[in-house]
Amino acid sequence: MSIQSDAPVAATKQESRRPAGPTKAQLSEGKRAERNLGLLLCAPAAIIIVLVTAYPIGYAIWLSLQRYDLRFPAEQTFVGLSNYATVLASSYWWQAFGVTMLITVISVVIEFVLGLALALLMHRTLVARGLVRTVILIPYGIVTVVAAFSWQFAWTPDKGYLAALLPDSSAPLTEYGSALAIIIGAEVWKTTPFMALLLLAGLALVPDDLLKAAQVDGAGPWQRLTQIILPMMKPAILVALLFRTLDAFRVFDNIYILTQGSNGTGSVSMLGYDNLFKAFNLGIGSAISVLIFICVALLAILFIKLFGASAPGSEPSGRR
Amino acid sequence: MSEPVHPTSRRARRRPVVVGACAVLAAAAIAGCSSGATGPPVLNFYGPADGATQYSAAAEDCTAASGGRYSVVYQSLPKAADDQRLQLARRLVAGDPEVDILGIDVTWTAEFAAAGWIEKLPDDVAARVRQGTLEGPLQTSTYQGSLWAAPLNTNTQILWYRKDLSPTPPATWDEMIAASERLAQQGLPSYIEVQGAQYEGLVVWFNTLINSAGGQIVDENGRVLLGQGDAAQKALSVMQRVAAAPGSDPSLSVNKENDGRLAMEAGTAAFQINYPFVYASIHTPPPDGGGGGTFIDAQGKPSGTDTGRRVVDEFAWAPYPSVVPGQQARPTIGGINLAVSATGDHRDLAFEAIQCLRNRDNQLRNAVEGGVPPTLADLYSDPAFQAKYPAWEAIKSSLDNASVRPLTPAYTSISIVLSDLLNPPAEIDPETAVPVLVDQVEGAANSEGLVP
Repeated sequence: MSIQSDAPVAATKQESRRPAGPTKAQLSEGKRAERNLGLLLCAPAAIIIVLVTAYPIGYAIWLSLQRYDLRFPAEQTFVGLSNYATVLASSYWWQAFGVTMLITVISVVIEFVLGLALALLMHRTLVARGLVRTVILIPYGIVTVVAAFSWQFAWTPDKGYLAALLPDSSAPLTEYGSALAIIIGAEVWKTTPFMALLLLAGLALVPDDLLKAAQVDGAGPWQRLTQIILPMMKPAILVALLFRTLDAFRVFDNIYILTQGSNGTGSVSMLGYDNLFKAFNLGIGSAISVLIFICVALLAILFIKLFGASAPGSEPSGRR
Repeated sequence: MSEPVHPTSRRARRRPVVVGACAVLAAAAIAGCSSGATGPPVLNFYGPADGATQYSAAAEDCTAASGGRYSVVYQSLPKAADDQRLQLARRLVAGDPEVDILGIDVTWTAEFAAAGWIEKLPDDVAARVRQGTLEGPLQTSTYQGSLWAAPLNTNTQILWYRKDLSPTPPATWDEMIAASERLAQQGLPSYIEVQGAQYEGLVVWFNTLINSAGGQIVDENGRVLLGQGDAAQKALSVMQRVAAAPGSDPSLSVNKENDGRLAMEAGTAAFQINYPFVYASIHTPPPDGGGGGTFIDAQGKPSGTDTGRRVVDEFAWAPYPSVVPGQQARPTIGGINLAVSATGDHRDLAFEAIQCLRNRDNQLRNAVEGGVPPTLADLYSDPAFQAKYPAWEAIKSSLDNASVRPLTPAYTSISIVLSDLLNPPAEIDPETAVPVLVDQVEGAANSEGLVP
């Protein structure tokens, strides 16, 4: 208790002392105290996170190494990595993986382009700025499942206003290509505002003076965008693309409502769900979940490698 | 400087916490009281949302009939079968003592029994349940020679057709396909409506056809018999031809029970394989039913003008068409079985209660008000039942020749795999499909590999 009440004061003192040319011994002593205090303050949160996330993840990994089907409780045994071998050898996994990658790549690209356009619009709006921003954010505020249901009705023959625009007796949700396009459309509609919001934050990093100077030097709008705005926004772009890619890779709600994964439109998350909650096969289902986790981790690493030092959390020097 | 601020702010923050803790404790105390209350033990009866009105009424009647020894409360599960199964499984795996009686789909009996989620019927109860109950529904309640549930109601399909388009009903699938092609050539309504979408209904169709041709998908011991003989090939050939015939419904591959009913009521279908609810629907004007109000012209085509003739006037029924001429078809049966949870606290009372819930009166109410055929044989000669089901003879004959879906714990996996492989039916290659089906069904039956 006493430590906590003193803490802010001590921290502030340390903070204010730092930039003013430090004496080494003093700093290291103060710094140590500061670090200990920091660890102490973080500990409760860290412990809770470990309890809430590490335990289920560990349990899922343990389950994925078992033959464990709820319907055959007597047959539960440790089988090592054979569930992973089964999943990776299955055409259902690769089919779902392909669909997931397709949805991820196409929807993130479209969202990025649209999101950037919306962010520029929001950034440059002079009149009714608050209203424009609110209107753009509405889709993101709607629950995904609710939005998915409204898309489903819209595309159902005889009921939907969008299906009515198509030639008679076409049921777009029942064919692979058109169903996938509708799923991607629903994803894009829903999350473009999120992308725009993250990019808008990045746009604020671009100093107006720099743009004006460039304009004086004769740079056109396209050059200003590609030579100044986008490079300056790199950290924000990384965050936006990373968040959305990881999100899109785990796509579930829209597919669950729109097609239930029929006609080959199931994502890896749908596959995991079906094996866990329809086949009650905890071993295989957990192996699929762990594989999804690994894919997501690999994607995150790939992004940070590609974008290098501008990754969030890296040293401030990298951020210019 | 900050000294005076801290104490007050801390106290202010603590107060809601204290209040919240009190609320939680109070709620726990109340919950504790209610479960330990005096009065007869409460038996929770979890069952499907469809028919909840009738099942609740039965629960009330049985509570009254118990003379104060127990009370049954109906707890409605979701509408969709998958959701019902998942919710029950979650409760049972967690050992929920509040689940006493389960109303489960006939195809889950083996699965729930093998998993140890339900209790085998004691011998005396089993003997009473067998008495007067139809053979097919009893078979769905049987796993490894013992009765694990009591059949509550059943369901079966027959052929519904337009007697103006086909004066004599087709006796076989071949005749029906030929009739449909002929009607298509004449430009008349020609669709054969059957469940072709990628779901359980498609597996029901396949199961009926393969059994009618003398085959079986999987036997009681889990052995895959799909590849034996030519029954599977015959069944697949029928499915492929129905879906690919010139006069077939172009959206057959996404059609479920309701789509078939609608096509018949709209006058575009000549034949329909469906459950008895279509009779009630075509005779009930909207909005409660679909109504058979569509006008048809002299030739039988649907018409926008008042011709004085309506679809409902030509609506008739016949036994399910056979696959092998001269051999009666073996339609797959559905329905609900009553089982006693292995996790409940009052299992003896629950066994008593399930006998009451499926007694004559309650089954008759389910049949007349809920539209589901009963499992007690003598109800089929009851005038009240016959008045509600003019097609009762065809229904009874379907039930007497019934086939059941594989009685194996892995049935759900088998069904998922089959519905994936058989859809769309028009693209089945009967010559080459059987080995693939055998391979995939074997994996599913042993719970090896993935389900799509």
